[in-house]
Amino acid sequence: MRRELIKFALFAAVVLVIPATIKGGYLLNVLVFVGINTMLAVGLNLLLGFAGQISLGQAAFYGLGAYLSGILTATYGWNPWTAMAVAAIAVGILAFVIGFPILKLKGHYLAMATLGFGIIIYIVFNEYVDVTGGPSGFSGVPGLSLGDLHFDSDLKSYYLIWTMALLVMLLAVNLTQSRIGRALRAIHDSEVAARVLGVNARLLKVQVFTCSAIISGLAGSLYAHTVTFISPSTFGFHFSVELLTMVIIGGLGSIYGSCLGAALLTLLPEFLRTFQDYDIVVYGLLLIIMTMFLPGGLVQGFELLWMGMRRLRPGRAGRNA
Amino acid sequence: MKSRFVRMAALLLALLFAAGAAVAAEPIKIGALFSVTGPPSFLGEPERNTAQMVVDDINKAGGIKGRPIELVVYDTTGDPTKAVQLATKLIKDDNVVAIIGPSTTGETMAVKPVTEKEQIPLISCAAGIKIADPVNPCTFKTAQNDTLAVERIYEHLQKHKITKVAILTVSDGFGASGREQLKNQAAKFGITLTVDDTFGPKDTDMTAQLTKIRGSEAQAIICWGTNPGPAVVAKNARQLGIKLPMFMSHGVSSKKFIELAGDAAEGIILPTGRVIVADLLPPSDPQKKALMTYVMNYKQRYGVEGDHFGGHAWDAVMLLKKALDQGADTPATIREEIE
Repeated sequence: MRRELIKFALFAAVVLVIPATIKGGYLLNVLVFVGINTMLAVGLNLLLGFAGQISLGQAAFYGLGAYLSGILTATYGWNPWTAMAVAAIAVGILAFVIGFPILKLKGHYLAMATLGFGIIIYIVFNEYVDVTGGPSGFSGVPGLSLGDLHFDSDLKSYYLIWTMALLVMLLAVNLTQSRIGRALRAIHDSEVAARVLGVNARLLKVQVFTCSAIISGLAGSLYAHTVTFISPSTFGFHFSVELLTMVIIGGLGSIYGSCLGAALLTLLPEFLRTFQDYDIVVYGLLLIIMTMFLPGGLVQGFELLWMGMRRLRPGRAGRNA
Repeated sequence: MKSRFVRMAALLLALLFAAGAAVAAEPIKIGALFSVTGPPSFLGEPERNTAQMVVDDINKAGGIKGRPIELVVYDTTGDPTKAVQLATKLIKDDNVVAIIGPSTTGETMAVKPVTEKEQIPLISCAAGIKIADPVNPCTFKTAQNDTLAVERIYEHLQKHKITKVAILTVSDGFGASGREQLKNQAAKFGITLTVDDTFGPKDTDMTAQLTKIRGSEAQAIICWGTNPGPAVVAKNARQLGIKLPMFMSHGVSSKKFIELAGDAAEGIILPTGRVIVADLLPPSDPQKKALMTYVMNYKQRYGVEGDHFGGHAWDAVMLLKKALDQGADTPATIREEIE
């Protein structure tokens, strides 16, 4: 546990120093979105990487968080922080309620059910025009502020969102190191065996599902208050799949892997822009190559690299002697 | 030996570049956000092509007071989040003086807060009424208002003594905006809406909605959407033997619609910009020459005929050119000049 804390502290230090090392205003703006995506990917990883339960409806929780927060502040004039908390709680309750029937399903059926849920919520955003503004979106969401500190620049948003993301990561690291984390991994390996050993698998699955939904809802609220405009197309099925890709590319069951995956999938398209019209082809190819050669995700790649370097070192020492 | 040669060559090249840059005047940078790929690519692609074509033409003719225009185009893929990021990139990294686009109403609404904060003129190519209402000094748009298009259709209906209408709108930004206008203005023209139904942008069968309309008292159908939905509506109506006059929006006013709907497109009435019918305009029309040149040039360069979506981009670049010709080259002066 102590090693984990040191690792986390190092990571947090790097994250907090990054803005000082880059000058481009635009990169900072993209890094803000990397922070939001990290939260979402970590949330999904808890569910998929640890408990082994797939969800293709994460974008729906993300969107619900954004819309609830947006509507409560812009239409009803609530304080953004209260709205954010209420939105997170509401999303959590919804996930808890639908979690019981949905998580009875396994494998493809679970994927289908969560997919269906995602699509239903998307249709609600799109068609409930009077409340959500429909397909042309919902504007006028106020930004966040703490006393006199208004989070209106990219730098301030960066620190706000990454503080939240780091908190979520700390929570996730903590959770996975605990008894609950071990129980979740046991469910992943064999649900029957876990239950025989006295793990309340059903309740635990619903709880982790709820937890990941709350994290997604929170990320959604942050998105709404940072961008100040929301529209349904951000929260479609496509985004759920993108999140899934982030988690898998990063490494299932690794919290830092999720952050890497989120960073890669958000930043890569920006760097590929030099290929102009062919950027999507290159992007796809890179993803295929990565999943082919690093099925354990980017984290596995780093581990292999580390081990390779270790093996090299004594060899070189021997040659010198 | 070889490495020295490479180094020399590199040095020489660098010198050449430096000299070249010093001779050519500093370009004026204009940003453009179009959804070249993704669902709204039918808008973004002609817009990108047109904007690039017009800018190249301007540069060939000597640029603006000797300064060439540099167009920086980014593809938003129809995603508002991406549009916001790319707008920030255009403003902060590329230091553009003005931005053309985005292609859709949703993206424009997402980008608006950013450009307004940075005081960069934004010339949108989307039609939604929300973009320019309430008016903001930094936001402009070139596409016809939905209000105008709706008025034209209703005027036509009034002339033909049609009072009961069924509307069928697509459930995206364009359809929602049209639906709002259709509903708001109906009373003014003494029109009642008997059926108010929607269809999804990717739906492939509209017989359910059309059957409902057939059962109503509607005397005409107004279908509001962008390809391919309306083509399906036209085809299904033909299959169901519905003889009611059908009206469509400017969203389908391209040759593509006729291709998609085939025979079923026969007899459909829609309001549009003059670009589509440029060759049918009387020679006395003041816009004919400009429109014909545009359509011909576009065909020459890209092999397909220009449509009015590309026309919005043409308008946007020309609007900017006018401002630039007046000597404006900073965001603030351009903004004032356009106004």
